[in-house]
Amino acid sequence: MPDPERHYDVLIAGGGNAALCAAISARRTGASVLVLEAAPKFLRGGNSRHTRNMRLAHDTATETLTGPYTEEEFWEDLRRVTGGETDEDLARFMIHESKDMLHWIARQGVRFQPSLGGTLSLGRTNSFFLGGGRAMLNALYRTAESLGVVIRYEAKVVALEIEDGHFRSATFVMGERPYRVEAAAFVAAAGGFEANIPWLKQYWGEAAENFLIRGSPYNLGTVLKLLLEKNVQEVGDPTQCHAVAIDARAPRFDGGIITRLDCVVFGIVVNKHAQRFYDEGEDVWPKRYAIWGRLVAAQPDQIAYILFDASCLTLFMPSLFPPIAAPTIRALAGALGLDPDALEKTVDDFNASVRPGRFNPTELDECRTEGLAPPKSHWARRIETPPFYAYPVRPGITFTYLGTRVNREARLVMRSGATSSNMFAAGEIMAGNVLGRGYAAGVGMTIGSVFGRIAGREAARHARN
Amino acid sequence: MHATSHATRARAEADRIMTVCNSCRYCEGLCAVFPAMEMRRAFPDGDLDYLANLCHGCGACYYDCQFSPPHEFNVDVPRTLAEVRAQSYARYAWPAAFSSLFARNAHTVSIAAAVGILLFLAGFGLLERDSFLIAHTGAGAFYALMPHAAMVFVFSLALLYALASLGMGLTKFWRASGGMAQAFMTPRFLLQAARDAGKLRYLDGGGAGCVNENEYPGDRRALFHHFTFYGFLLCFAATCAATLYHYVLGREAPYAWYSLPVLLGTVGGMGLLIGPAGLFAAKLHRDPALREPESRPMDLAFIAMLFLTGASGLVLLFFRATAMMGPLLAIHLGMVLALILTMPYGKFVHGIYRFAALVRYAHEKAQSKEAALS
Repeated sequence: MPDPERHYDVLIAGGGNAALCAAISARRTGASVLVLEAAPKFLRGGNSRHTRNMRLAHDTATETLTGPYTEEEFWEDLRRVTGGETDEDLARFMIHESKDMLHWIARQGVRFQPSLGGTLSLGRTNSFFLGGGRAMLNALYRTAESLGVVIRYEAKVVALEIEDGHFRSATFVMGERPYRVEAAAFVAAAGGFEANIPWLKQYWGEAAENFLIRGSPYNLGTVLKLLLEKNVQEVGDPTQCHAVAIDARAPRFDGGIITRLDCVVFGIVVNKHAQRFYDEGEDVWPKRYAIWGRLVAAQPDQIAYILFDASCLTLFMPSLFPPIAAPTIRALAGALGLDPDALEKTVDDFNASVRPGRFNPTELDECRTEGLAPPKSHWARRIETPPFYAYPVRPGITFTYLGTRVNREARLVMRSGATSSNMFAAGEIMAGNVLGRGYAAGVGMTIGSVFGRIAGREAARHARN
Repeated sequence: MHATSHATRARAEADRIMTVCNSCRYCEGLCAVFPAMEMRRAFPDGDLDYLANLCHGCGACYYDCQFSPPHEFNVDVPRTLAEVRAQSYARYAWPAAFSSLFARNAHTVSIAAAVGILLFLAGFGLLERDSFLIAHTGAGAFYALMPHAAMVFVFSLALLYALASLGMGLTKFWRASGGMAQAFMTPRFLLQAARDAGKLRYLDGGGAGCVNENEYPGDRRALFHHFTFYGFLLCFAATCAATLYHYVLGREAPYAWYSLPVLLGTVGGMGLLIGPAGLFAAKLHRDPALREPESRPMDLAFIAMLFLTGASGLVLLFFRATAMMGPLLAIHLGMVLALILTMPYGKFVHGIYRFAALVRYAHEKAQSKEAALS
């Protein structure tokens, strides 16, 4: 076992996609590399464990991608989902670099497959990992290990020694014992702070107690906080997080993708007072799923219920928990602990306002309500065929937007505007640079791989000079 | 949803896990099990038996899964399906009264082998006392100990019984899993299944390779299975060739080392040494998380049986001109008889049910493609 207190060329905090790309690229550039992963081996990889694809630009179709996805189209998509809250120069640079990533990541042992069932819309733009994110991580870990990268699990960074934007050493705790490690360069790739409930409470108050965290319980934002305390410039709205409505029965952490529910557009959503609060059919689900976490977070006790009838049961992907079923709306209210009169009135009012029209589950159809507030603009059909079903939902937090500012070299930018001499960042911890808000499937992994590869290479170059 | 009730705990667990997997689908590209799962929303017993037999136990999905233990969702597809699979062997055994032979399968197989060998040793020793322990050479040497007609009678009867029993088991399995008879009548589905089985297409983690010892691929089970399976086929071909020599060419065994039956048998026999030895080693090194302890004795008994059948055949070949021929012939014939008679009541059935599952999968895939087009 190598001495954890020895000096390394490059020290990397984190163990996900960004950290491993940085580690591999630094090692391939000739540096000695130590990776500190806070999670135990099984849970290694942070939120990358739960991913399934990444969005990379490409000019032609491949074995697994159905058509070209140009840099310009990628940029347009990114501009649209962020509403312009992105650093255009950095984003375009990342998109350009993403083209080669398809080949680079494959050379590190990562395999791809055609888009999964139920995700046809991503078949052209997104490269799906064979076996999912954990399979991808296993390939990266295997490559890193074979190259001689030293990896420590359950190694939590607790302090960073930084002088005037220059990294000197880190202190980490492993098995209750603190270790101090010096390195010529430092790469921060330790994710956001979405699993840090006290931190979330600073912005969300007690409501954060009712949030479910979809990914790793190890994303506590410790490294992010340490860097911001040492005058690294922050980027992104600290109060914002990517939140979707997920099954309320999901575990507090790490429930991943299987607790998602894709049925909001087919039913109605009520709060604990059995009242609707938003247009469920405003737009197609891929464009609306990311607002529902925040909508539910704003409801009393951060709970809501998606209601639908037997006619909808097979219109959406199955999920982990079966829906709660009842023969009547009143009985369903009883099962959910809602006021039966109120729920019955809400459903009756909704049913009475539904206009006739042709139902089409795959596009914006003409089924809508009239004279109802809030309206349901599409896919509005009477809820009348028993049994009736409901899914309880809560806000499920995917990631946070607050991060550290970087330049094209993935080098940290200090609050003074100067760049750090030897500190770099990659992945969720700096995603806010290109993703100020919103999300597009697979972009998190693009950010992680592209900036991870650059950060590792630049850190190694610095260390060797 | 979760309305289906199940005959065993293992099937209930498989249902739970398939429900988790069906809402994830990340493993869709690894093998046939997950695409077949996606064609369903509920998982009754027969369907679970089908999926369990479609699973080749490559293990890739276990390490690729973000919900495998110690995650609280506790998703262990390879082990759970291995358990359901092993139970399905007993469930469809014919006659049903013999399904208990699966419960203590290592005993079943060892006793069968011991009885087989003893019968031949005793038979030769008692009936052919004078010629049992002396060297025989030339054409018909074996038949000095047992007349050819008697050999043909005993082994044909055993084989017919085994085939009938396997056929009945297959019918029960096919019906329980809801397969349509039409699929078995369609040459392209049979061909597809034969190709997939012959190449072990689904024993490679979707192209990344199988895992066995840890999360990294590097497993050689497919290779050793090829040695075993094709070795077995060559041995069977050797027997067929010898039968033709006997009846068509009128030439009596033992045949020269360069004759077709002996060449086929020698190469096949070596396959039965290398293959099972490799599979045995892989089993010893298998990650405990992937092991299914209850079916392990059955797996090992089958591996040992094949190895010993091959070994006894080769030893007989080398020493057939010596005074040891009698006992060695008795041992080899005893092993072969036991192998044939235990085929319907041991690991051998995995090949039958897996092939059937592959036929069903080829059929289902064609159906879903047609449905998607229309």
